[in-house]
Amino acid sequence: MSFFDYFRSSHQRKTADVAKERLQIIVAHERSKRNNPQPDYLPLLQKELLEVVRKYVVVEDEHIKVHIEKDGDYEVLEVNIALPETENRR
Amino acid sequence: MAKIVVIASGKGGVGKTTTSAAVATGLAMRGHKTVVIDFDIGLRNLDLIMGCERRVVYDFVNVINGESNLNQALIKDKRIEELFILPASQTRDKEALTQEGVEIVLTELKQRFDFIVCDSPAGIEHGAIMAMYFADEAIIVTNPEVSSVRDSDRIIGMLASKTYRAEHNMTPIKEHLLITRYAPKRVNSGEMLSAEDVQEILAIPLLGVIPESTSVLQASNAGIPVTLDKESDAGQAYLDVVARFLGENRPHRFMTSFKKNFLTRLFGN
Repeated sequence: MSFFDYFRSSHQRKTADVAKERLQIIVAHERSKRNNPQPDYLPLLQKELLEVVRKYVVVEDEHIKVHIEKDGDYEVLEVNIALPETENRR
Repeated sequence: MAKIVVIASGKGGVGKTTTSAAVATGLAMRGHKTVVIDFDIGLRNLDLIMGCERRVVYDFVNVINGESNLNQALIKDKRIEELFILPASQTRDKEALTQEGVEIVLTELKQRFDFIVCDSPAGIEHGAIMAMYFADEAIIVTNPEVSSVRDSDRIIGMLASKTYRAEHNMTPIKEHLLITRYAPKRVNSGEMLSAEDVQEILAIPLLGVIPESTSVLQASNAGIPVTLDKESDAGQAYLDVVARFLGENRPHRFMTSFKKNFLTRLFGN
């Protein structure tokens, strides 16, 4: 860093530092997904849940999200279904 | 005992083939019987980098399919004793590499060579998995750039799960990080990830750093592995890498830029 850099960019972050921070976050996230893979039955569970819900409500495939989260020694099965506007209900 | 070494990266264009050619040549220069195999079926390029493209008659897939024997497909390097190239097929689709076929060829090569260097294709598909599947050691080629680092991490994950050693609960593949296209000057000015940063993120031992160098393109233009250009910085860096890979202790070079004089320190570059 030169003498004049102190005036030019003293509070501008170096892009290499930004890159490192972004990588640390995304790599940690992807590693945890890799090390705690979701169980095999999840896609089928999602499909069957969707079929049941569809008996009553019109729901698009992408509006149902099923995933399992591990927190310490217990697991949480999270099912998230976004219901459509009222006119689409059966 | 023969060692199978995969050169992998995930991302394309980071220097896998350059590294495969340079490391295989370096190992042979040190007197080890070495074969370098192109696993990039359909996009053969190792032959060009090694300068033997006009001598390809039979290839890896021909051997797997029993259309030729190994001796007919292996190309002996004309410059270095003990160095052989097994080219990829240019015409087949990559599914032609069956796991059984690859295993049979590698088993036969293990009887004859000290090192089997596998040049992996880019990506995480079948070809890349076949290149890493039977490996004992892996050199992960990474550029100091976000997408390359992230893809390298994916490959490190696959080495730990999708390989023979992983599936059979054996000692894990020994991993080495090789950072290529490194520009110390840009690292100093904070516009490029440093080798330490990349190593910290990927958390595998650093085998070496290859500086960004005009000699790499010149070597590939001429079909000469850059290790044979002993005058060049990249060639010397690869020779260091080979020495470290063989267990020697060599200090890292080419990681710092030249000392700045008073005026550049005052006014910047």
